Amino acid sequence: MPYLLILPAGLWLIVFFVVPAVQLFATSLYDPSGSLATGYAMTGDLGNYPRALGDYWPQLLRSLGYAAVATLACLALGFPLAYAIALKAGRWRNMLLVAVIAPFFTSFLIRTLAWKTILSDTGVLVGLLRHAHLLGADGRLLATPFAVVAGLTYNFLPFMVLPLYASLERFDRRLLEAAGDLYAGPVAGFRRVTLPLAAPGIVAGTLLTFIPAAGDYVNAQLLGTPRTAMIGNVIDSAFLVRLDYPSAAALSFVLMFAILVLTVGYLRRVGAGALDAVS
Amino acid sequence: MRRPPLDPETRALLAALTPRPAAKRTTSRRAVLAGFGAAALAAVGGCGTEGTQQTEQSCTSTDTSATDKKLAFSNWPQYLDVDDADDNRHPTLDAFEKQTGIRVTYHEEINDNDQFFGKIQNQLAHCRPTGRDIIVLTSWLAGRLISLGWVQELDPAKIPNVRANLLPSLRSRATDPGGRHAVPWQGGLTGLAYNASVTKEVRTVDELLTRPDLKGKVTMLTELRDTMGLMLQSLGHDPAEFTEAQFDAALDKLRTAVDSGQIRRFTGNDYAPELQRGDIAACVGWSGDIIQLSAQDDRISFVAPDSGIMLFTDDMMVPNQAAHRSNAEALMNYYYEPETAAKLAAYVNYICPVQGAQDAMTKVDPDLADNPLIFPTPDLLGKAKEFMPLTEAQSRTYNEKFQTVIGT
Repeated sequence: MPYLLILPAGLWLIVFFVVPAVQLFATSLYDPSGSLATGYAMTGDLGNYPRALGDYWPQLLRSLGYAAVATLACLALGFPLAYAIALKAGRWRNMLLVAVIAPFFTSFLIRTLAWKTILSDTGVLVGLLRHAHLLGADGRLLATPFAVVAGLTYNFLPFMVLPLYASLERFDRRLLEAAGDLYAGPVAGFRRVTLPLAAPGIVAGTLLTFIPAAGDYVNAQLLGTPRTAMIGNVIDSAFLVRLDYPSAAALSFVLMFAILVLTVGYLRRVGAGALDAVS
Repeated sequence: MRRPPLDPETRALLAALTPRPAAKRTTSRRAVLAGFGAAALAAVGGCGTEGTQQTEQSCTSTDTSATDKKLAFSNWPQYLDVDDADDNRHPTLDAFEKQTGIRVTYHEEINDNDQFFGKIQNQLAHCRPTGRDIIVLTSWLAGRLISLGWVQELDPAKIPNVRANLLPSLRSRATDPGGRHAVPWQGGLTGLAYNASVTKEVRTVDELLTRPDLKGKVTMLTELRDTMGLMLQSLGHDPAEFTEAQFDAALDKLRTAVDSGQIRRFTGNDYAPELQRGDIAACVGWSGDIIQLSAQDDRISFVAPDSGIMLFTDDMMVPNQAAHRSNAEALMNYYYEPETAAKLAAYVNYICPVQGAQDAMTKVDPDLADNPLIFPTPDLLGKAKEFMPLTEAQSRTYNEKFQTVIGT
């Protein structure tokens, strides 16, 4: 019976994940000297991996770096927000939750394009920053790494807020009162009661933010420069422009693998280590 | 204090990722996975892919036009006239339907050459129908489809207007040897553009790449042929015939400009709003976009540098296995009537490939009849070059080099 229940999802996963992933892996082993007209021979050439990595490691590192910064920014912005919605918002709670999700009613592309207007050289924000001498007369925000990370942070913020909210919402505030009775100040109370109880939400939120952000290419394309290109942009151009399918497939696998390794390391550390340390 | 409970999802995730002693299981999960993987690998990808070259013999198409009065036409957005009152009506196309009784399904579905190629390549590679009778692609990609044998040969007897009225300069083109597979829909020029409210006039590619007041306010196009065509010309080389060393020299010049921070970004059509806002002071752009922008804002102008500009056409083709070739030929023929061509050009503002349309335009919209970006003067056309057709190997080499400079 349990096997019957996992059948639909299992089939879905096999058809739409396992089979394409295997095909992608096979493509990454094709003879790179093949072409569209003559076809690609299956040579099991593992050399595509070191070649692709040798050419594009800067973009790969940059992607992981940008995604990490954006994830931290999401956490810094998202935690107070989720905390306020879950514990302080009272009857405004549902409305605030809707407000968090509201941007999803607009397309991802439109939202990212809107950042071009917000950060525009001739816009209000840049004008104010220049006026305050926080930005030189020729300084700009658009087409900088800042713009790319800001776009990533904005676009993935709800993925951080919602899991945080879900874990804080179940939080029993009497635990904090009890901590206070036991002479814990606000800081100690936060560190030793609130934070550990929010840990599952932090773990889920950071993963849901980091993983898609590392593979994103829209923000870098629309808000960045040639020097902020991410690995997603490279894969996009390898598949569609250069028609270099073996390299594109190899890079896709490298990205998948890098994210998997980071995720496993993170889960083990946070899941087994950090939580133990707190308790 | 007890260890706080993890939520079930995280716990399950952790359990799945943490290896445990395999003693309890008779077959280890890893062995099962490995077995599955190997089997799937053998089944799906063991043997590589086949070549995709087609010929008249290997892929024959049947024409059902005589009994089936239908036509599926795929084109770029805003590339056909629309009725002032109703955006869904196209006066010239409606007139064609009335005149011939052919029902046309019009799709504005082509946004990007490379992406559209990705969309149709699987069908065409295996000689399967794409469901489209006419597709419009830029001439370099049209050339690739033609050389792969993926499009049907047209019957010259059925397109007399094209034979009579196609501009002489577009007649013998390297992308379509013999001129029997592709018919230009519209053409365009790639040159420079600037916004006079932000900067003073920009006359040459060198100014664009080095003038200090433009630093960080210049964009160029992600299309290799447009950007590198202008770069090659700025060094005095001919984009219609160049060597790899010349390409490398032009690319070095571009790299210097990218490294110095002069070039802000490489763009598709999205440079237009930024140029209008003034985030971009000057750029490499397409003539049709710039006419439309300058109609709204006269501080934006198109510049044809003396070193030269690029000419491209978007070509109509009938893909293999399209079932309505004769209907498609009727449509091509119709759009090469000068009056129809003038009506179309008055709306889309690109270069009209039809001789006689300029005279017809004096009746449609006299203001446009002497616009050199719709009906280029011989002087302007003299500056314009087409990019040489690249073999697949050349295309990959050049694209690899170019993509490195533009960051990807």
